[in-house]
Amino acid sequence: MTGATIASALLGGLLIGLSSSALLLFNGRIAGISGILGGVLRPMAGEWSWRIWFVAGLLAGGLVVYAVAPGAFAVAVHRSWPLLLAGGVLVGFGARLGSGCTSGHGVCGLSRWSARSWVATAVFTAAGGVTVFVLDHVLAGG
Amino acid sequence: MRTAVAFGTGLVFALGLGLGGMTQPARIIGFLDVAGVWDPTLVFVLAGAVGSHMLAWLWIRRRRNPVFAYGFQIPRERLIDTRLVLGAVLFGVGWGIGGYCPGPAVTSVVSGQPVALAFVGAMLAGVALFDLTPLGSPRVRSPLPAEAGTAARPADEALSALTDA
Repeated sequence: MTGATIASALLGGLLIGLSSSALLLFNGRIAGISGILGGVLRPMAGEWSWRIWFVAGLLAGGLVVYAVAPGAFAVAVHRSWPLLLAGGVLVGFGARLGSGCTSGHGVCGLSRWSARSWVATAVFTAAGGVTVFVLDHVLAGG
Repeated sequence: MRTAVAFGTGLVFALGLGLGGMTQPARIIGFLDVAGVWDPTLVFVLAGAVGSHMLAWLWIRRRRNPVFAYGFQIPRERLIDTRLVLGAVLFGVGWGIGGYCPGPAVTSVVSGQPVALAFVGAMLAGVALFDLTPLGSPRVRSPLPAEAGTAARPADEALSALTDA
């Protein structure tokens, strides 16, 4: 890992932190992506449009990144289609069941010293680690 | 203004994800793969994000209201229950499979890559599936059977204003 990678990772994280802070300071809302998606799919009065606009912002930001550096979206991970789809369902379902994901618990919750978020972040990181170990070392024979 | 803030913060959030390498599933898998060639990128992204947001939070929490809205919606739930842990386990397994969490997945849709599109479709199906279960219903406030009698509530119901007094 080069110094440039570390610098862009820190700067990227800083942008994420600034974005979350601005959303909280100006609108009083938490930048938890899974919660925002949940609210888009199950609209509540007065809480729908800002979520749609946040998602639109994510996509617009994605377009900017894609225009500047398409390589930022390199996949380079090979999973079978059924496994990949199962992974997507688990991420969506699990984030809603656990009341948050890497942004809501991992960034916003850790920053507020929420014990629930520290537990959730530790658990999903451990579960992800075990999953990768099983898929890429046990099952892959590596 | 609230609309502009939502759009702008979403945009900056995506720029941060892209710049930080979080839209590359291989980096996420590399971080989770402690038995392989470990990729610490996520640690630095998280450090930048949590470090800055933690400082901002110390200041924001003293405000009575946000600038453009009445009341903060901050999760006030304190209980560490089966639901939280089970949800995190399922989420972590899916994260380890695909290398995508919700933010980077949605952002990656613009690349048009089949893997990203399929993952996001499945993820939204998972969110919708949750809403179909009794736990996802906004009318149901009952906790998991294991915690009957405790004060567990769905997070959406637990959202509450900091300044509601």
